[in-house]
Amino acid sequence: MQGSGIEVLFLGSNFARLLEGLWVTMRISILAVVMSVPLGILFGLFMTLQNPIAKAVSRVYLEFIRIMPQLVLLFIAYFGVTRAFGWNWDAEFSAVLVFTLWGTAEMGDLVRGALKSIPQHQYDSAQALGMSRMQTFGYIIIPQTLRRLLPPTINLTTRMIKTTSLVVLIGITEVLKVGKQIIDVNRFRYPTASLWVYGAVFILYFLACWPVSVLAKYLEKRWR
Amino acid sequence: MKYLDWNFITKYAPLYAEAAKLTVFIAFWGILLAFAVGVICSAALYYKVPVLRRIIQAYIELSRNTPLLVQLFFLYFGLPNIGIVWSGETCAIIGIAFLGGSYMTETLRSGLESIDKIQEESAASLGLNKWLTMKEIIFPQAMAISVPGICANVIFLIKETSVVSGIALADLMYVAKDLIGLYYKTDESLTMLVIAYLIILLPVSIIATLLERRMRHAGFGN
Amino acid sequence: MAQQNHNMLEVSGLKKRFGDDIVLDGVDLTVSRGEVVVILGSSGCGKSTLLRCINGLESVDEGSIRIDGEEVAVGSRSLTRLRQKIGMVFQSYDLFPHKNILDNITLAPVKVQKRSKQEARAQAEQLLRRVGLWEKRKAYPRELSGGQKQRVAIVRALCLNPEIMLFDEVTAALDPEMVREVLDVMLELAQGGMTMLIVTHEMQFARAVADRIVFLDEGKVLENLPAEEFFENPRTQRAKDFLQTFEFKKQ
Repeated sequence: MQGSGIEVLFLGSNFARLLEGLWVTMRISILAVVMSVPLGILFGLFMTLQNPIAKAVSRVYLEFIRIMPQLVLLFIAYFGVTRAFGWNWDAEFSAVLVFTLWGTAEMGDLVRGALKSIPQHQYDSAQALGMSRMQTFGYIIIPQTLRRLLPPTINLTTRMIKTTSLVVLIGITEVLKVGKQIIDVNRFRYPTASLWVYGAVFILYFLACWPVSVLAKYLEKRWR
Repeated sequence: MKYLDWNFITKYAPLYAEAAKLTVFIAFWGILLAFAVGVICSAALYYKVPVLRRIIQAYIELSRNTPLLVQLFFLYFGLPNIGIVWSGETCAIIGIAFLGGSYMTETLRSGLESIDKIQEESAASLGLNKWLTMKEIIFPQAMAISVPGICANVIFLIKETSVVSGIALADLMYVAKDLIGLYYKTDESLTMLVIAYLIILLPVSIIATLLERRMRHAGFGN
Repeated sequence: MAQQNHNMLEVSGLKKRFGDDIVLDGVDLTVSRGEVVVILGSSGCGKSTLLRCINGLESVDEGSIRIDGEEVAVGSRSLTRLRQKIGMVFQSYDLFPHKNILDNITLAPVKVQKRSKQEARAQAEQLLRRVGLWEKRKAYPRELSGGQKQRVAIVRALCLNPEIMLFDEVTAALDPEMVREVLDVMLELAQGGMTMLIVTHEMQFARAVADRIVFLDEGKVLENLPAEEFFENPRTQRAKDFLQTFEFKKQ
C-alpha cells in the first residue's frame, strides 16, 4: 500500500473525522451569522439615527471592529476577558461571541449602505402617490433594500466560514487540528500525509464556500 | 489603566516592534505581488484572452473561497512532501499574494470595465494602437476609479497577515500569545497588541479615506 | 500627386449584418476631395454604422471601403496609419476625462505621429484659437460645457491633419442653445475646403453645408443628389415623407 499516500485520508475513520472538524467551524459560523443578521439590522437602523451620540457610538464600534484583525479580537475575548473578569468562557463560546460582534458590525454597515442607496426620489414619488410613511417603507423602501441586501449577506456567510478557520489558533479542535492529529499519528507509515491532509482541508473549505459564493453572484446578477 | 504593569510593557515593547517589522515586511511584499498579479490577470480578463481567462477565473474562485490559514498550512506543511521547501516568510508572502491577487484582479477588472466603450473607440479613431490605448487612456482611468477598492484590499490584506503565526512566524500575534503563555500578563500583552495594529493600520485607513474623498470630489465624470 | 486621381472615399457594395439584422445592404458612396456630403435618414437606417465601418470600428461583411485608394481592413496593420487620414467626432463627448484639453489634443500627434511636443502644441493652440477655446487649454473636460467639449473633440481630430472628417450626429446630445456654436465650426471647416462626411438631424444646417445629400433607408441608398435638388425635389416617396416630418404646418 505504499502508493502516493493519498490512502491516509481514507484510513479508518480519518475522513469522517476531518468532516467532523469542518463541522465545528461551520457550526460556529452558522451560529454567528444567525445572530448577526437580526442584530446587524438593528445596528444598521441605529446607525441611521440622527442622534449625535448614537452616531459616535456606532462609528467607534464599527471602526474598531473593522480595523482590528479578527484574530486580535479573538485573542481579546479568549485570553483577555476570561482573565479580567474571571469568567471562564470556553474557546467555542468566545469564538461565537467574537464572530457575532464582527458580523453585527459588517451587517449593520451593509444595512445602512442599502438604506442610503435608495434614492430620495423613491421616497418622494411614493409620497406623491399619496402613500403614508408606513406604506412608503412597507411597499417601496424595504422590498428594495432587501433585494440589495441579500447577495452581500450571503457573501458575509462565506467570509464568516473562512474566518472561523482562525479558531484553531485559540486551541479549538477543528479541521486543521484534526488534520494535524492524523498527520502525527501516521508520520512514519505515510510520510507524505501532510500534503494530502492539508490538500483535502483546502478542498473541503472550497466545497463549503464556493456554492454559497455562486449563489450570491447569481442573485446579484439577477436582481441588479 | 493604572493596573497595567508598565515595567513589563517597557521591557517587552521592543519585542513588539521587532514583530511589527515582520508583519509589515510580509504585508508589503505580499501586497506588492498581489497588485502585480491583479494587473496582469485583470488585463487578461479585460481582453478575454481565450484559455488564460478560464484559468484565471478558476484561480479567483479557488483563492476567494478558501481561508488564508488553510492556504498557508498547505504551502508550509504540505508542499515539502513534493520537494518544494519554502521558508515561513516566503510562504506567508506567497500566501498573501495568492489571496490578494484575486481581490486585486476583481477590483481592477471592474475598474477597467467601468470605462465607457467610447473611450476605446475614440482612441482608436485617433490612431492609437491597443497598447497605447490601454496605457494612456484605459488604465489610468481604471486605476483612479479603483483607488477605494485597492485601499480596502490593502487594509484587508494587512489584517490577514495576522494568521501567519499559524505557521510559526514570530509576528505580532505570535509574540502576544507567547507573552501571555509565559508570564500571564494578559492585559499588558493584549494592549500592546492592539496598539501595534493601530499604529500600522490607522495611517493606512486614514490615507484610504482621504484618497476616497478626493476621488469622489474630483470625479472625472464628463 | 499621383493619388490625386482617386476619390477621397469610395464605398462599394457595402453590407453589414448584426446577427439577423441587415444594417447596411449594398451601400455605394463616393466622396471626392473637398466635397461635403451629408447623410440623412430616420434613426436606425444605418447612418452611424456606415461611419463606424469607414473608420474601421466595425468589420464589414461584404464590399469594400477605400480611403484615398487604400482599403480599410479591420485588424490590419495599415489601419492605424489609415485612421490618421480620417478624423472622427462622435455623438457623445468622447474626450479623455483624465487629461486636460491640450493633452487630449496632442496625445495622438505626439504618441502616434511621433511629432515633437512643441510643434503639436503650437498647432493645438492655433486650432483652439480658431474655435474660441484657447483660454480653456489647461482645463479638464468636466469643466467644459457640452458644446465646448464637442468643439475640442473636433480640434482633437483636426490636429492629426486628416484628409477627411467624419461627424456622427455631433450635436444630437447637446442642449439646443449649444448646437449653433458647434455647427458654426463645422461650417467654417467646410468653407475652408475640408472633405467631410456628416450624419445629422439638423436639416437647415444640412442644407447650408452640404454639396450633396445621401438619403439612406433600411440600409440602402435611396437618393444621392446635389443638396438643393434633394430638398426642393426629392425623387422617392420615402424621402418626401422624411422631409415632411420636419415641417410643422397648421392643418
